[in-house]
Amino acid sequence: MHVVPSVVAAFAASLVEFIEALTIVLAVGSVRGWRGAIGGAAAALGLLLVLAAMLGPALTRIPLRAVHLGIGTLLLLFGMRWLRKAILRSAGVIPLHDEAAAYARQTAALRAAGPAPGGWDPLAVATAFKITMVEGIEVVFIVIAIGAGGAGLLVPASFGAAAALGVVVLLGLALHRPVAAIPENMLKFGVGVLLCAFGTFWAGEGMGLVWPGDEFSLGVLVAGYFAVALVTARVCRPYRPALDA
Amino acid sequence: MKVLGAVWTEALRLFLDDGRFAGAVLGWLALCWIVLPRLGLPWGVAAILLFAGLAGILAEGALRSARGGS
Repeated sequence: MHVVPSVVAAFAASLVEFIEALTIVLAVGSVRGWRGAIGGAAAALGLLLVLAAMLGPALTRIPLRAVHLGIGTLLLLFGMRWLRKAILRSAGVIPLHDEAAAYARQTAALRAAGPAPGGWDPLAVATAFKITMVEGIEVVFIVIAIGAGGAGLLVPASFGAAAALGVVVLLGLALHRPVAAIPENMLKFGVGVLLCAFGTFWAGEGMGLVWPGDEFSLGVLVAGYFAVALVTARVCRPYRPALDA
Repeated sequence: MKVLGAVWTEALRLFLDDGRFAGAVLGWLALCWIVLPRLGLPWGVAAILLFAGLAGILAEGALRSARGGS
């Protein structure tokens, strides 16, 4: 029952995180050279794989109810923060995430650091490593949080994240510029709703609460958070900053 | 080491960038965990209360941020 929402949530969440990482890695590669950009990103991906391989199986040794409560709590802290930001973006209170602008900012900052030395460029490696680690940690957390919710969910969640990585790598190779065509802000809104729904469901399970309709209540939670987020965005709209004339 | 330190700080911020918001979520979860199973509420009501509180915290947190409260 949870397999499809798990794959969808892991795929969509990973897609937005990998797109953000790709923007910076592309900026690093185009300004400081591809050797450092790809080397830094690859080192971070390797470290993230080790982290996921260590954490995932370790969770299976903890009683499921405790895992549900702990993961549900973390997922709610993470997901509600994420959804709140998406609501504020949707209401126009904070600016929409713009990959083209992020790319321009990063390339300007990297150019200002002076010419790249020959061979391995420490700035390129460090920048690509840091952004891949920061965005990748979010992916690892989401995959483990979604995967730890039930027996056999870790593989579908990992599959969703791996598919997102594949899509983003292919887009990066094909386009050689930031992926601005994907409706990232809308995706983030949807992912926030899914993370909150999963977090609430598992926290409730961990507390020993009974969900009406059992696993089907996950769909009701998704609809509930979606409705609350839409109404809140509408209520927040009057607080948009005024545009300069 | 500097890069790893920055990564660690960013990772912490994923969960706790607004203390009041995070505190409200944790407080509501703790209250639900301790109190709800002992109340003997009718079937499903406890789960609905859990969701309603979290939805309220989300709406209040967003509105507070929009008004410039955090």
